Amino acid sequence: MSTRQGMSLIVKTVTNIIVGFIFIYGVYIILHGHLTPGGGFAGGVIIAGAFILRFLAFGSGAKSEKKSLNTASMFESAGGILFIGIAILGLLLAGTFFLNFLPKGTPFYLLSAGIIPLCNIAISIKVGAGLFSIFLALAAMKYVMED
Amino acid sequence: MSFIPMFFVIPLVSAFLIPILGKIYKPLVWIVSTVASFALFVLALYGITVTQEIPMIVYKMGNWPPPLGIVMAFDSFSALMVLVISIIVFTGSLFSLRYMSRYTGQWKFYTLFMLITAGMMGVSITGDLFNMFVFLEIAAISSYALVAFGVGAEELEASFKYMIMGEIGGLTFLLAIALIYAKTSTLNLADISNSLQVMGHTTFFWMVLGMMLFAFFIKAALVPFHSWLPDAHPAAPAPISSLLSGTFIKVLGIYTTARLVFNIFGLTRANDPLFFNILIGFGLLSISFAGLTALSQKDYKRLLGFSSVSQIGYIMLGFGIGNYEGVAGAIFFILAHALAKGLLFLTSGAVVHAAGTRDLDKLSGLGERMPTTAWSFRFGSLSLIGIPPLVGFFAKFYIILGTIKAGFIWVALIAILLSVLTLGYLLKIENSVFMKKGKTDAKKAPFTMRIAMVFLVVLIVIFGIGFQTIINFVVGPAAHALLRGLEYSHLVFGSFIMNF
Repeated sequence: MSTRQGMSLIVKTVTNIIVGFIFIYGVYIILHGHLTPGGGFAGGVIIAGAFILRFLAFGSGAKSEKKSLNTASMFESAGGILFIGIAILGLLLAGTFFLNFLPKGTPFYLLSAGIIPLCNIAISIKVGAGLFSIFLALAAMKYVMED
Repeated sequence: MSFIPMFFVIPLVSAFLIPILGKIYKPLVWIVSTVASFALFVLALYGITVTQEIPMIVYKMGNWPPPLGIVMAFDSFSALMVLVISIIVFTGSLFSLRYMSRYTGQWKFYTLFMLITAGMMGVSITGDLFNMFVFLEIAAISSYALVAFGVGAEELEASFKYMIMGEIGGLTFLLAIALIYAKTSTLNLADISNSLQVMGHTTFFWMVLGMMLFAFFIKAALVPFHSWLPDAHPAAPAPISSLLSGTFIKVLGIYTTARLVFNIFGLTRANDPLFFNILIGFGLLSISFAGLTALSQKDYKRLLGFSSVSQIGYIMLGFGIGNYEGVAGAIFFILAHALAKGLLFLTSGAVVHAAGTRDLDKLSGLGERMPTTAWSFRFGSLSLIGIPPLVGFFAKFYIILGTIKAGFIWVALIAILLSVLTLGYLLKIENSVFMKKGKTDAKKAPFTMRIAMVFLVVLIVIFGIGFQTIINFVVGPAAHALLRGLEYSHLVFGSFIMNF
């Protein structure tokens, strides 16, 4: 049963090759969010896309879908807490909410712009997990309908 | 340490903590939300004391100065709104413990509950137009999900209708913001206020104001934009109905309208009588139409929903009068109606919890079985009708006083006569649910539910007896904050910027 799940062998093979590249590209967009167009939101969407592609190509049962949904919602909350935690750190360490308290560095270098890259990472976790759980919720409708 | 950002940081942090903590230990979700809402209540009281001395606290997010960065502008009116929200959120959270026990996925409920709180808190303290839109949408989108929380056919239909109507309003607001940004190149409310004054009362000015009022009137559910409310508010779980009717429509509809009309667009009764007469017209239309419709309702919560539309009319009437008494009365009415209608929706929740139906024809004999609920209902409805010494009387009294002082004797007479409608439809519930004898196997409301209801009853009585204190320290300063008009921008840019 498990081998017959999902799409054809061709799709599965291509997905296996391509999914890593999509993931890496998402990470690139996130980490260069403060330098180039894109950022946490766009990168998070791309990463969610990688997960969704894998899910579509390989398919899954109701049980694993529910487990993934749980994990995704945990990650989503963690992303939210991380983002607001960075904002609160500004309040605790320097006295102003959302203060950019880290050293700004040289413009156009990867390690620059203070807390902005950290915010981008937090946003990407939240957006990626959020979009993926929206996809899973829509996919899980199938099992709700069957009941 | 500053307390201003805490108003939305506390609910946001708890909203994100709840899904994680709920997986570790389930009862934790309720504890987090109740503790967070109680902390908000204490903070709101502190905010009231601080605004006694300082007319406006400006908080710079990330230390960016006002026209560039987002600022939080906290004055007496914001302080009052925050207090109202925190009271209703706290009682709603207390009430939810037993009421929500028959639903699954409770952590989702509490997460959305905290998100809607964060959104409303943000709307009432922000000093930035786009920030206001974002918070407004956070609150609105959470409310769509909460209305549909029961996922039955009725809930889903109500939520869908509500979502379509709400988003038409929300997107119109967004379009208005885009037009303002194109014309004035700023999103800071105080800066927009300055630019609009330089521009004068042009066609653009009135068009943007009209679009915004269209959006806010949909959110406030004024007749003729009210059709979503009598479906959406009854469909939600009772604590959410209490939150939506008690504070949501006032923060998203009334607060935003009042803030923009008085402080940002700088309209006054003396200069633009026609505009304020239109507001009075909307107020009277809501009071009469929704009041009459409520008389013919057969559903406990739907009747209360129509009642909310009708009472919102009184608030709009007060703002439309535009003098001190009228505005103070309208603001007092926001407080009084939040307490009373919040309480009435909680009693509806207790009744549904005990008897399992909202149909007034099927409910009977609950007065003897559920004495606390019945007496809470009586206090809430007496306050809503306007019987002294409860808080509702003084709120309505100030509105009527303002109407007479402004020379609208006819409007005052109509408003007084129409409050008979309130008496009529509330007596209908009293008569069939609590007074009528009948067999029922309903049990007393659980302890936490009774605590939540009694808390609101106590506030209604205390605020009523001590109304002079409330007028002097809470409502009066809030009315002055609105009637300051364009001084708002001077205060935001002026010397009162400090890190509170």
